[in-house]
Parts: sequence; structure tokens; C-alpha cells
Amino acid sequence: MEPLRKLRSRTVVLAKDHVDTDQIIPARFLKCTDKKGLGKALFSDWRYDEAGAPRPDFVLNRPEARGASILVAGDNFGCGSSREHAPWALVDAGFRAVLSTSIADIFKNNALKNGLLPVVVEPAAHARLLAAPGAELAIDLADLSLTLPGGGVAHFPLDAFARYCLMNGVDELGYILAEAEAISAFERARGER
Amino acid sequence: MEAEAASHRPRTLFEKVWDAHVVKPETPDAPAVLYVDLHLVHEVTSPQAFSLLAERGLRLRRPDRTLATMDHSTPTTPRGPGGAWVYGDAQAEAQVRRLSENCRSFGVELHPLGDAAQGIVHVIGPELGATQPGMTVVCGDSHTATHGAFGALAFGIGTSEVGYVLAAQCLLQRRPRTLRVNVDGRLPAGIGAKDLVLAIIAKLGVGGGTGHVAEYAGPAIRALGMEARMTVSNMSIEMGARAGMIAPDDTTFQYLSGRAKTPRGEAFEQAMASWRALPSDAGARFDREVSLDAAAVEPMITWGTNPAQAIPVTAAVPDPALAADAGTRASLESALRYMGFTPGERLLGHPVDVVFIGSCTNSRLPDLREAATVMKGRKVRLRTLVVPGSAAVKREAEAEGLDRIFRESGAEWREPGCSMCIAMNGDHLERGQYCVSTSNRNFEGRQGAGGRTLLASPATAAAAAVAGAVADPRRLEG
Ligand code: SF4
Repeated sequence: MEPLRKLRSRTVVLAKDHVDTDQIIPARFLKCTDKKGLGKALFSDWRYDEAGAPRPDFVLNRPEARGASILVAGDNFGCGSSREHAPWALVDAGFRAVLSTSIADIFKNNALKNGLLPVVVEPAAHARLLAAPGAELAIDLADLSLTLPGGGVAHFPLDAFARYCLMNGVDELGYILAEAEAISAFERARGER
Repeated sequence: MEAEAASHRPRTLFEKVWDAHVVKPETPDAPAVLYVDLHLVHEVTSPQAFSLLAERGLRLRRPDRTLATMDHSTPTTPRGPGGAWVYGDAQAEAQVRRLSENCRSFGVELHPLGDAAQGIVHVIGPELGATQPGMTVVCGDSHTATHGAFGALAFGIGTSEVGYVLAAQCLLQRRPRTLRVNVDGRLPAGIGAKDLVLAIIAKLGVGGGTGHVAEYAGPAIRALGMEARMTVSNMSIEMGARAGMIAPDDTTFQYLSGRAKTPRGEAFEQAMASWRALPSDAGARFDREVSLDAAAVEPMITWGTNPAQAIPVTAAVPDPALAADAGTRASLESALRYMGFTPGERLLGHPVDVVFIGSCTNSRLPDLREAATVMKGRKVRLRTLVVPGSAAVKREAEAEGLDRIFRESGAEWREPGCSMCIAMNGDHLERGQYCVSTSNRNFEGRQGAGGRTLLASPATAAAAAVAGAVADPRRLEG
């Protein structure tokens, strides 16, 4: 995983509450056995019409969206299915952060494992972000801050361990495997092995 | 001193299970290392996890704690000529084959297509007695919450975490908050667990349980059989709760006794004694509590595009003009537009195109009996799929003649699997079609691109099948 310390990008605003992972990537794209290339299917049913042509009015299809790596979303983003294909698709499409007033638990966990930063902000800051699509934001993990459109800075919470892993590009598997002795001791204490 | 104080502090069911699985406690700097007792695996969320192990040259740590089946991408139509399964497409077949290969090379117990114990992962775990009280159970699937009905701490994980559990049998977890849902009174006759859980989700909202592990308690929950309890726990994630637990009791023990993977004889007695200590202690504190009166629950149906958008089947869909704030108004408007309903419209009598009876929420024997009671001696007026949750459910249903009732009514009696709950295997809605479904998600396109889902109980779904329209199962004609 590539370390993520600072991020500077324009935003794309998807002002819809309760965007579930079935919308982020519909189930018919989950038949893959690989992680790569899922960006094409991101928000597929909103992005493309029935004939597969891009819908010009969908935010991700607008010219301004090109190159943006921060998605500002509505409340309860990523609810529903646990499919990690959702963050895989977002990352493959170039996103590095998702901002909302709340983010569903499993999606948040999955995002962190893929270098996608979940940012939860207060409703007032969120309202300013929603009102300024395409704003240029700077996010800094060192002090967990983000600049707001029109000036000012907001802070966001992030678990200390998650922050450490993101900033140093550490993947959790290595950390867990390093606990092998404690895991064996736990199994022995339960009378196994 | 401190340890002693802790041991006398009243604890919740969740805390007892959590505490017993902490390999390394959490600190402000690091989450807890939590041990996993049972890891369930299916074809959709595991291939990349097995690849991770292969890439890093890692072994499967505990084959004896890992159990796999195939359910999502598998056909539910009968085998073709020569006994071959007919897949929806080549990709689905390749994914299923990949699971077989991975299970062979890593030594995982697999119940493949055609196996006597194959079925939806959340149906077969309990059926085999693999799911037991006090366990930690995970699966790369958000409906893993189902297993919480046994007093297990069961939750869905992503594919990266599937890889961690395969390699280390552990996860890194922050301790979630607790939420108790007290259901007082008794459910009226003809009202089931699906109606109850839809009412609970409607009350709490689609994100109302985020960050929490739920415990369902109260006399109405105690009165439910195990299958009905699983229906309730199953949908915990639809209000954002990762897990939904129910204290084990005699109903639980009776269900488990004699199953393939539960202990036998003396060992079962011992297990039962420890399971009896699991229920939340009197005075245990929950971070949040909500209460609901079971007697007021009616047959429920969803009208919108998330499971919290549920109303009594006799009620009218909401009018966005009356919404409290702009955000809610926008959500209601967008859901009504997608569903093609007008504000304030009543759903009773609204035409339906397809009925789907199945999924890990409602595909067990009592669910099928509930549907059969409605369909017996009546003809369905629209395409109706009845998909048993497992090969075992299918056998039992056939032994008591339920398949005949379904077939005689004109419904399709299928092979076990997820089928039209997720529409990955070729069973799907056409654009614009309405489906009354016993599954758990009515998200846009969940049952096929452009399809429109109304979630309901098996009785309400069966009533729609025979009426050809949304109907109240308590007031069916003919
Ligand atoms: S039946 Fe539906 S919800 Fe249940 S495991 Fe299968 S796809 Fe998921």
C-alpha cells in the first residue's frame, strides 16, 4: 500500500444520502477473481444508460470530474453489502478520499485497507463542501485537517492505528502475523493444539 | 483487584463473547487482536484473499475452523443433459471453479454444488451445527449477522480481512458500542419475524445501528423459533449494525442438539452449561436501548430503495412534501421516482410482475411452510420462484410435500442458492419489473438492473403471487 500523508485535489460531489455498495458497484461485476479494472464499473447503473453510453448529467461523467480524487458524498455512505469491490472500484477510478457526515462500518474498514481515506465531518462543514463542487481541498493526515472551500479548516477523527497504517503504507496482515506467538498461546490456553 | 472487579461487573452477551476472544487487548494506539472461531467462505469474496496467501507463501492457519460453500453465482435451475450444471455465464462458472481449486489446494472443507450440505452460507452454518453460542463467526458477507441468532458474535468482513483470517485466524477490531432492542408483548397471529425486523429497521433507520452490535431481547424474541430468530438477526446490517445477537436458551439448544458439528453426549451437556452463562447479566449496561411493542406490528412491505423505507402493507407511501428536512425530502423523492410510485399512493392492489421466495433471510423450512399455507389450492398469477436455502431444506420440504404445493400452484421450485436475491447467477428481473421478494435488500437494481423490489414476509410474498398484486395475507379472497 502506498503511504498517504497529504492529499490535494478537487472534489466531486455526489449529494445523495445512503449510497449503498450495490450502487457503487453492482453485483454483476463481482464475478471477477481479480481486483484490477473495476473502476470502469464504478456507479455503473448511474453512470451509463441502458445501451451503455455515459449519461452526461451524472457527476462523474462531467469534464470537471476528471482527475478529481476526493468524493464528497451524502450521509451514511457505503451502507449495505460488505463487498470490498466498492473501495477497489473507487481507488481504481482514482479516488483517495471519501467525505461524508457518516460512513458505514464495513465500507470504512475496507476503504482503509486499500489506502482510501474515510473522512467524517460535521454537518456544517459538510454543507459547505456540498455547496462547492469542484473546490480544491488540502487534506493533511499529520494533524487530521482539511481546508474548507471559502477559507477555514475542519478537523476529522481517525483511529490512531488506521492513521499510522495509512501514513506509513503498512498493511495489517504483517501486523497480525507478527502476533503469531500470542495467537498460539491463546489457542493453547483454550486447550487446543 | 481490578480483574476481580471486572469479573463481578454485570456484562452483556456481546461483552462476554468479545472478552473470551481477545488475544491482545486494544489500546489507544492499536485495535484488539480478536480470535475467530468459525470462518465461512463463499466464491464471491474469497478469490482475491486466497491469492493474497498464495502471493505471500502463507498457509491456511486453521482448516478445521474454515468452512466453504458455493451459493451466489451458482445456478438454481436443474442440471442440464448429462448432469452438467448450466451456469448463467462463463465468468460465474470460472468463479465457482476457482473456489473448488482454492479449497483443494489450501485444504478447506467445501460443500460444492450437488453436495448434500450445499446451500446459502448463512443457512448451512447453523444447519450443520457449525454455528454455536459464544463463538466468533465471520464471513466475507454482510449477512453473517444471521449467526448472531445463536448468541454468537457474527459479522461481515471484507476480502482483505478474509485473507487475514485465513492466514492468522484473527482480526484487528475496535470494540463496537452496544444497542439493545427490546421487543415487548407478543406478535399477533399471522405476523412473523420478517414483519418484526422490517418494523425495527423502519424505526431505527438505515444507518441507525452504525457502530453498534445489536442484541434483540424481550418476550416476543424469546417466543420465536430459531429460524425466525435468524430472520431477525440476518437483517441487522440493514440498519447499519454489523452484528445482531440473541441470547441462547432452550430453543437454541434443542435446535443444535444432534447436528453434524455440535458436540455429542457428555460434551454437549458441558457445552450447554457454558452456553447458559452467556445471556446478558441483570443490570448490564448498553450504550443505547430502544423498545418496540410486538402487538402493534402489522404485515410490512418496503416501498422504497432501502430496507428502512417500510410501511404496513395497508398503508400509503409517504409524501415528500411532508418531510421534515430537505435531505429526507430528496431521498423520498428519489426513491419514489425509481419505484414509480406517486406520493401518498396505497400499495394494496398495485400490480406485481415477479415473486421471489428465498434468500438467507427467508428460505428455511418454516418460511417455505408459511408460503405454502397461502399458496395451497390456489394458482399463482405471475412468475413465482421458490428457492430453498439449502439442499437439506429442499429435501425436508419435498419430504413433506411442499414442492408439490408450489408446483401445483404454478410456481417454479428451484435448486438451492442465493438466486434472485442478488441476481448474479442468471436469475434476474427485467428493467422496470416489480418484485415482491422475501430477501433483505431493495437497493436500486439489486435483483437486476432497473428492477424494483418490495421486501416482505413469505406470507405477503405468496399472497402477492396468488393475487397478482400487492395483497394483505390476512385478507385473501378465494
Ligand atoms: S441470499 Fe442474498 S443476502 Fe443472503 S448471502 Fe446470498 S446474496 Fe447475500
